[in-house]
Amino acid sequence: MSELFTTLGSYLERPFVVNALIVGVLIALCSSLLGVTLVLKRYSFIGDGLSHVAFGAMAVAAVVGLTNDMPLVLGITVVCAVLLLRVGKNAKIKGDAAIAMISVGALAIGYLLMNIFGTGSSNLSGDVCSTLFGSTSILTLSTFDVWMCVILSVIVVLFFVLFYNKIFSVTFDESFAQATGQRAGLYNLLIAIVIAVIIVVAMQLVGSLLISALVIFPALSAMRVFKSFKSVTVCAAIVSVVCALIGLLTSILAGTPVGSTIVAVDIVVFIIFSVIGKLTGGKA
Amino acid sequence: MKQLECENLTLGYGSQVVLTDLSFEVNEGDYLCIVGENGSGKTTLMKTVLGLTKPLDGSIRYGEGLSARDIGWLPQQTDVQRDFPASVQEIVISGTLGRGGFRPFYSKADKALAESAMARMNITGLKKRCYRELSGGQQQRVLLARALCATRKILLLDEPVAGLDPKVTADMYELIDSLNKDDGVTVIMISHDVDKALQYASHILHIGSELFFGTRDEYRIYEADKAKGGDGR
Repeated sequence: MSELFTTLGSYLERPFVVNALIVGVLIALCSSLLGVTLVLKRYSFIGDGLSHVAFGAMAVAAVVGLTNDMPLVLGITVVCAVLLLRVGKNAKIKGDAAIAMISVGALAIGYLLMNIFGTGSSNLSGDVCSTLFGSTSILTLSTFDVWMCVILSVIVVLFFVLFYNKIFSVTFDESFAQATGQRAGLYNLLIAIVIAVIIVVAMQLVGSLLISALVIFPALSAMRVFKSFKSVTVCAAIVSVVCALIGLLTSILAGTPVGSTIVAVDIVVFIIFSVIGKLTGGKA
Repeated sequence: MKQLECENLTLGYGSQVVLTDLSFEVNEGDYLCIVGENGSGKTTLMKTVLGLTKPLDGSIRYGEGLSARDIGWLPQQTDVQRDFPASVQEIVISGTLGRGGFRPFYSKADKALAESAMARMNITGLKKRCYRELSGGQQQRVLLARALCATRKILLLDEPVAGLDPKVTADMYELIDSLNKDDGVTVIMISHDVDKALQYASHILHIGSELFFGTRDEYRIYEADKAKGGDGR
């Protein structure tokens, strides 16, 4: 056991490990905050859909030959998020179908583009695989990446704290909020933008296929046990951060893929919370 | 005092017209019951009055110093709410948000308002309880308390007794009646139950193939005439 800690200690002295831990914790925190809202609004799959959009956008950026694809990816994803969350209500194609359509559509187009215009990369399926399942890129973060992540996370957390009561209100009853003069449309728009930002940032960590897990598992776990919105939100944030830490450390020590390891930890915690919820008589 | 006046309204969504030429008015302290068959446009009318959808034609005028925001609303419950993890207090106080503008947190006044609304609805004891664990009647009281936090001038209730058992239904009607009589809240209620509507309401609006608006007694005469006319033919 002590050997394990010695190894861990030697890893923690390296800056790239520390960077990965900082970014991992921040992303886990941000994604769990809005996860509660998304799960309750029946938008659990939006994380999946939007991350595939981001994947498609990355393919476009690669084809066009952009060195810094962040602005393009972020822009396209924000637009899709707004379309899905806001227009979705009145559109002919409703919620889950629209998300599924955009999700698989973007995935297919992205892969197609990369295949046709493959820019000499000899390992296409390797590239795609790492984008989908998260690569080791979290271990090769530059200082710029870390700062960007820190700044975006601060914005997300600030947004969440300042708009907490409004987010609760539009999540619980959007029509009532609108009828009594709250600007529900505006809040939904802001929520959509923030979600898109979180997803683009989180892709680095777990890859686009596993983002949904990061968004919904902490929220679902917390909802098994806690009964007020505030306690669910706080618990989801803590669960998410703890799971991300355990997952990251495990993957560093055992050499397992980062994204899948974190999600596996999330699943275990969900099962534990479900059992606790049953035992304490909380309604699942 | 006139609080709401609707003139020659045509209601619908998109190109679909549901109701035409509807006129009625609501004065302070009225208890208006809106009755009509399913699909006759009751909910559309309510959303129009609340300002959520625009009328295709006609006008809605609010009384002096009133706007669509001053109408408290008790909507029908949605699926999302049935398993929503929220405490009673969190839900009730969210009714005050409409007046707060962009202020991020609740003020002392908001909290006091929520307390008094919960006291009025007799749910102070449930304050910390989880909404999804309450009975149907208790949930309705919570949502009614939230509506009272938004306004104490007009309440719009959409089938407030749907799915409640007879005893709880009777209590709910008494509670709404006392809000109207004792607290002077104007009540507009959508109901399936014409008998109960006639027992409590001061005015009746019947929509559907035939339109009727008038006091309760006028509605009784109208119904009696219709029954006679029907026999005569």
